[in-house]
Amino acid sequence: MSRIKLATVWLGGCAGCHMSFLDLDEWLFELAKVAELVFSPIADAKVFPEGVDVALVEGAVANEDNLELIKKVRERSKWVISFGDCAVTGNVTALRNPLGDPTPMLKRIYLAANVVTEGVPSEKGIVPALLPRVMPVHEVIKVDAFLTGCPPSAARIQAALEPLVKGELPKLEGEHIRFGQGA
Amino acid sequence: MIKSHSDLEIISLEEKQNTAQYRHRVMCCNSTACLSAGAHGVREAFEASIKREGLEPQVQVVPVGCMGLCSQGPLVAVKSRLPNQETGGKTETLYHSVNPELAETICQEHLANGKAVEAQVLSPELPFFARQQRIVLANAGEINPERIEDYIARGGYQALLQALSTMTPLEVVESIEQSGLRGRGGGGYPTGKKWRMLHEAQAESKYVVANGDEGDPGAYMDRTIMEDDPHRIIEGMTIAAYATGAQQGYLYVRAEYPVAVRRLETAIRQAKRQGLLGNKILDKDFGFSLEVRIGAGAFVCGEETALLASIEGKRGQPVLRPPYPTQRGLWQSPTMINNVETFANISSIIQKGADWFRSIGTDSSKGSKVFALAGKLNHTGLIEVPLGITLRDIVEDMGGGVAKGRNLKAVQTGGPSGGCIPEAYLDTAIDYESLQHLGSIMGSGGFIVMDNDDSMVDIAKFFMEFCRDESCGKCLPCRAGTVQMYQLLDKISKSQASLDDLARLEDLCDMVKHTSLCGLGQTAPNPVLSTLQYFRQEYLDLMTDSPPQVADKAINYEALGEG
Amino acid sequence: MPINLNINEQNLKAQEGETLLTVARREGIPLPTLCFLEGLSVAGSCRLCLVEVEGSSKLQPACALKVTEGLSVKTATERLKRYRKMIVELLFAEGNHVCAVCVSNGNCELQDLAVQMGVDHIRFSYQFPERKVDLSHPLFGFDANRCVLCTRCVRACDEIEGAHTWDVAGRGQSAHIISDMAQPWGSATSCTSCSKCVAVCPVGALFGKGVSVAEMKHQPAVVDFLASARREQNWHKKEEQ
Repeated sequence: MSRIKLATVWLGGCAGCHMSFLDLDEWLFELAKVAELVFSPIADAKVFPEGVDVALVEGAVANEDNLELIKKVRERSKWVISFGDCAVTGNVTALRNPLGDPTPMLKRIYLAANVVTEGVPSEKGIVPALLPRVMPVHEVIKVDAFLTGCPPSAARIQAALEPLVKGELPKLEGEHIRFGQGA
Repeated sequence: MIKSHSDLEIISLEEKQNTAQYRHRVMCCNSTACLSAGAHGVREAFEASIKREGLEPQVQVVPVGCMGLCSQGPLVAVKSRLPNQETGGKTETLYHSVNPELAETICQEHLANGKAVEAQVLSPELPFFARQQRIVLANAGEINPERIEDYIARGGYQALLQALSTMTPLEVVESIEQSGLRGRGGGGYPTGKKWRMLHEAQAESKYVVANGDEGDPGAYMDRTIMEDDPHRIIEGMTIAAYATGAQQGYLYVRAEYPVAVRRLETAIRQAKRQGLLGNKILDKDFGFSLEVRIGAGAFVCGEETALLASIEGKRGQPVLRPPYPTQRGLWQSPTMINNVETFANISSIIQKGADWFRSIGTDSSKGSKVFALAGKLNHTGLIEVPLGITLRDIVEDMGGGVAKGRNLKAVQTGGPSGGCIPEAYLDTAIDYESLQHLGSIMGSGGFIVMDNDDSMVDIAKFFMEFCRDESCGKCLPCRAGTVQMYQLLDKISKSQASLDDLARLEDLCDMVKHTSLCGLGQTAPNPVLSTLQYFRQEYLDLMTDSPPQVADKAINYEALGEG
Repeated sequence: MPINLNINEQNLKAQEGETLLTVARREGIPLPTLCFLEGLSVAGSCRLCLVEVEGSSKLQPACALKVTEGLSVKTATERLKRYRKMIVELLFAEGNHVCAVCVSNGNCELQDLAVQMGVDHIRFSYQFPERKVDLSHPLFGFDANRCVLCTRCVRACDEIEGAHTWDVAGRGQSAHIISDMAQPWGSATSCTSCSKCVAVCPVGALFGKGVSVAEMKHQPAVVDFLASARREQNWHKKEEQ
């Protein structure tokens, strides 16, 4: 049996969803039998490959790099799954949104209260520029399924992955879709 | 104190004699529209030049109400006792666009020498005037709204006297029922039915309330009635109080109508002094007092339960119905709310009879309706027409059509709760049902004409913005739904939306329409729905597959470093 | 007087004067609510308990609909489910509901509603409004970011406590809850610090100070106990009897 090509992506988020992914523990061995991890922050690949079957996307779209990557993910993947509350709702990553344009905040932190750095870090190609507003993934690209939770519990991730590796979109419901607390 | 028919007659005769001693009566429009065009200065100029010419004993200058053709104001009518040879035997001449200089010329040529200033004369045969049937506006432009004597001289308070001395309360209710009069505020609920409900309600105190909270953009029918003929509303309300057993009434007027408030207050004072309000009205065993309540200008306060909350001094937001106000209204007592235009019809119905009223209009909608013509028409202003007239008659005949070289596109009726009716349906005869059938409503009488320059998406967006700003925030669908719908319309109008967005907009329209608590939310999607129904292609033409790039707006860090 | 009615093709008996919601709850028929709370007056503003009434084109809120002989309603049609889902989504979109950092995470009626309605993402654009947090009261806090404007606090304070510290100011999307005449809660002299508002808040907007994420558990039933105890002049808690 051929394995599906699985990718996990890390945008603007705390990596907690990936930690929770690792909490799948021994089921990871089961997963490895049916899925090949072709791209992930915990794997070596540097370029998001073509022909991905399932991409789990953690984090919200917060900066230029996130934006560029998520578009590539969409182009090269059959299914994109918003993985965790930051991807689904913006969540903690989007806490800055009510404050509006982040420019005054950056100035305040890096210029007015300058302690550690000299000026606003702006190395081209190294520090990606912030977008004016943090966006949940589905505001930028089409998303095929949503996996809520901060973080989604291992059980919830497994419930989503089980149909996915069989080539079906997950239909989570009940406590499995609760925002915030992972069930 | 007026106690009888002869008392009314005496006032009426004195007033007529007073007018008859003058050769000319110069009637200067004193309504808000003309006032803002400089009518006040025009009247002063007339008074000054009449004095200068020594014409004071022959000419009476009267501030009157709206004559209708507001787009060509300030308007001044000169009524002459004797037909004038030089003006072709006419006794009335209507001047448009009068300024102080023209006033002086009119004074020197017309008033002093009987020669009309033809260049500025409007023909009474103009369809704008000729096709009107004035019932509620019968006195508008004829009387000085600040003098009760003027109103009485034109038959005012005869209906009240008639009702009080020859009819039982129930007979009055029946007469209104038979007339077929329906609520002029927009809903079209049978007025007589409402009156009967209050009449039958058992309670120690009952209230009647006039809704003068007109808030539709572009509409000023109610303002005009209140400004130009306040006594007609008071008389209608007093008859209603007699018919229903109410002891107290409130006239709810928005604060943005200071002239209306002032004139209503003056009129109430005059009516009290004449024994037409207060205890023992017309010396009968019937008392009714009336107060003006000023609203702070929230559109939602036109909704009846919000209006009542506002009168009680509470936050103006709707409450669930039932109980309906006629069951439990002001301070938990049965209360009946009618629009001011509805009340303005009452005295004519009592005087001329229900059958006369029934003879005007269509099968389902009787009488006349005041519309505020606005938009891309040659003649805009206020008209009162018999129901059953076609939209095309109003637009092309009375309104003089759209400007040359333009094509008429649609008529928007009913304000933010209404819809856009495309040109193809203009031959529809206007009544409550026919407009509803076309996806619009009669509403309070807004009538905005659009030509081919107007974007229907922009129209929908404009009204949605209005509803969003006027939502009270009590129920979620209206509070949050109007925000989202406005944002989607904005996106569409800027060619930044996809077909998904359009589908989302339609879902929202459906939900907000059916789940909102009050009429504001329930009707807020109407302008979108009707423009989608008739002008869907305009929406589709604005769709895009490539919305603007968010990255274009990413922060420029280099610029920051220098800051 | 007993009457007959029909809910979802099921013939039932009820007492005249009862609301449809009361009957449905008794019969175990699920109906979502947010602004409704037993013991408080009916606001009818969240629109979640709307039902389809046979013979009427208008949807009616079950919390206010008095049952009458022959009443026939449907409480869970596809259309109602669709509307309810959108209402819950709009609630999430209009405020700043960040479950992960909320005191009520896991004990929240808004979260519960999302679960019930199958809301796993919000299709409408988040508004990210700038809203205030009031921590001026020595015992409690108010975070307007999480407020859903159900007005349960307003009604509990007015109707049960009789203080009327809370009310609504502003309109439309700017409508918000204020204490006294828009004074900081800590200086609202009408407040008796009775905590009823905190007890009835369905979300994490009103909370006791000192609780951390997911630690705030509200006690909305307290107002029903107080209201019925007052009515029946019986101040023993039911379990003590």
